[in-house]
Amino acid sequence: MRVMVMVKATKDSEAGVMPTEKLLSEMTKFNEDLVKAGVLLDGSGLKPTSAGAKVQFSGAKRTVVDGPFAETKELVAGFWIWQVKSLAEAIEWVKRCPNPMHEDSEIEIRPLFEMSDFADASPETIARNEQIGRDIHRA
Amino acid sequence: MSVSAAHRAIEAVFRIESAKLIARLTRIVRDVGLAEELAQDALVLALERWPATGVPANPGAWLMTTARNRAIDHVRRRKLVERKHDEIGHDLDARQESPDLVAALDDDVGDDLLRLVFTACHPVLAPEARVALTLRLLGGLATAEIARAFLVPEPTIAQRIVRAKRALAEANVPFEVPRGTELAERLASVLAVIYLVFNEGYAATAGDDWMRPELCEDALRLGRILAGLMPAEPEVHGLVALMELQASRSQARIGPTGEPILLLEQNRARWDHLLIRRGLASLARAIELGGGRGPYALQAALAACHARARTGDDTDWAQIAALYAILAEVLPSPIVELNRAVALGMADGPAAGLALADQLRDEPSLAGYHLLPAVRGDLLRKLGRFAEARQELERAASLTHNARERTLLLERAAACGSIPPLPR
Repeated sequence: MRVMVMVKATKDSEAGVMPTEKLLSEMTKFNEDLVKAGVLLDGSGLKPTSAGAKVQFSGAKRTVVDGPFAETKELVAGFWIWQVKSLAEAIEWVKRCPNPMHEDSEIEIRPLFEMSDFADASPETIARNEQIGRDIHRA
Repeated sequence: MSVSAAHRAIEAVFRIESAKLIARLTRIVRDVGLAEELAQDALVLALERWPATGVPANPGAWLMTTARNRAIDHVRRRKLVERKHDEIGHDLDARQESPDLVAALDDDVGDDLLRLVFTACHPVLAPEARVALTLRLLGGLATAEIARAFLVPEPTIAQRIVRAKRALAEANVPFEVPRGTELAERLASVLAVIYLVFNEGYAATAGDDWMRPELCEDALRLGRILAGLMPAEPEVHGLVALMELQASRSQARIGPTGEPILLLEQNRARWDHLLIRRGLASLARAIELGGGRGPYALQAALAACHARARTGDDTDWAQIAALYAILAEVLPSPIVELNRAVALGMADGPAAGLALADQLRDEPSLAGYHLLPAVRGDLLRKLGRFAEARQELERAASLTHNARERTLLLERAAACGSIPPLPR
């Protein structure tokens, strides 16, 4: 299974405080371990939300909101995509991660949907989704 | 933490650590079978203790220390016994290397892991034994999991693994990475084992399942680990590229009712673009290292032609035909020629493809191979020779062992119209 592993933002990360040399080298070592274990597929750090924007939906209306965003602890400061055998394996890897921030922090693990999760969808639904996929591709 | 949660955590730790444990222990005791037993003993001890004490802060180090101490005890006991035998006149086996106890403490476990890879894929073992042992020792799969993946009874796999370990011990296979000219040959054997596992998952050879994705993931993981262990070997990156690119299509190659969808009819929006990007990067690495003409890199380059095409119509068939021509030089095989026929059929028209495919009709190794009549059938259909096309597609259907593929071929045969087959 694949999981998205998200490093949550902190006051420092939102303020654009860069990690120390020591933390960077610990993180590099951790990333190397993930690669050596064949676990790491993808990942990146994210700039603070002050560099981003969001689009809010209400019916047909779209409202653009520029960063920074207020709810710091709910924001994502970086992510990985991992290939693991189980959620327990992902948890075990996360426990080995150095504290990614200089303050208290949190890492969230979320499994990605797999094709088997859609086994209950009707063939028509799948076929329609595929048609949409083809149309997108032609566009 | 509940006992079941603790067990799940221990299982996860063991999955991460077991190959490293076995590798390091093998270096100490010089016997993979014994090393695996010692690793299992450490796991049993963890299962007894951790639910009560909690998982230690560094569980990998705990397991390693526990298992290593037992291994060293074992070696000391064995030496004691050997010395006693010596006193009553027995000769010590001169080939028995003295275990490297001090060095086995701290140096990079990656070297031992690589030694374990080459040991599990050693040529004294039959290919199916190499596969079972590799999945068991390096993939961390239980015997039951391997048996399920290969649709073989569990005792068969258990016996295969026991025999393989015994064969390694009897042949006194040294625990080392081969050097010089031997390395290329032995590495080819390692890559073949990994690709065999991948293919077993990707194209189930029998039964009704078109693919068993878990095996593909296990093979990919092994390939990625090997790429980390041997970063300078172009063909390792070539194989990883090939597997990443093939796996990128796995979700698109099965339809809603489980029927296979051929490459050109696949919905490319369902291809996994993360895996494509990884595959293309690995291929670039292989070429950069001078391995562009390696058999795996060439096959990856072929897969990359499809991955790069935004639609089936954009496919660079001339490039594909050219790559098959190089592959035919590097790795002469009727199957490569058959694929070249398909590519030529697309690049220069069905008549050109059929001319090449027809040359393969007397090829003894393709007799009974369903894809030859399948390819000829498609080319004949494009040339409007429907009766012959239908006959070939029906023959292909009768030759395949995959139930779903048979259905697909019969549908293609039926699409050629209800013309009675020509007498042969």
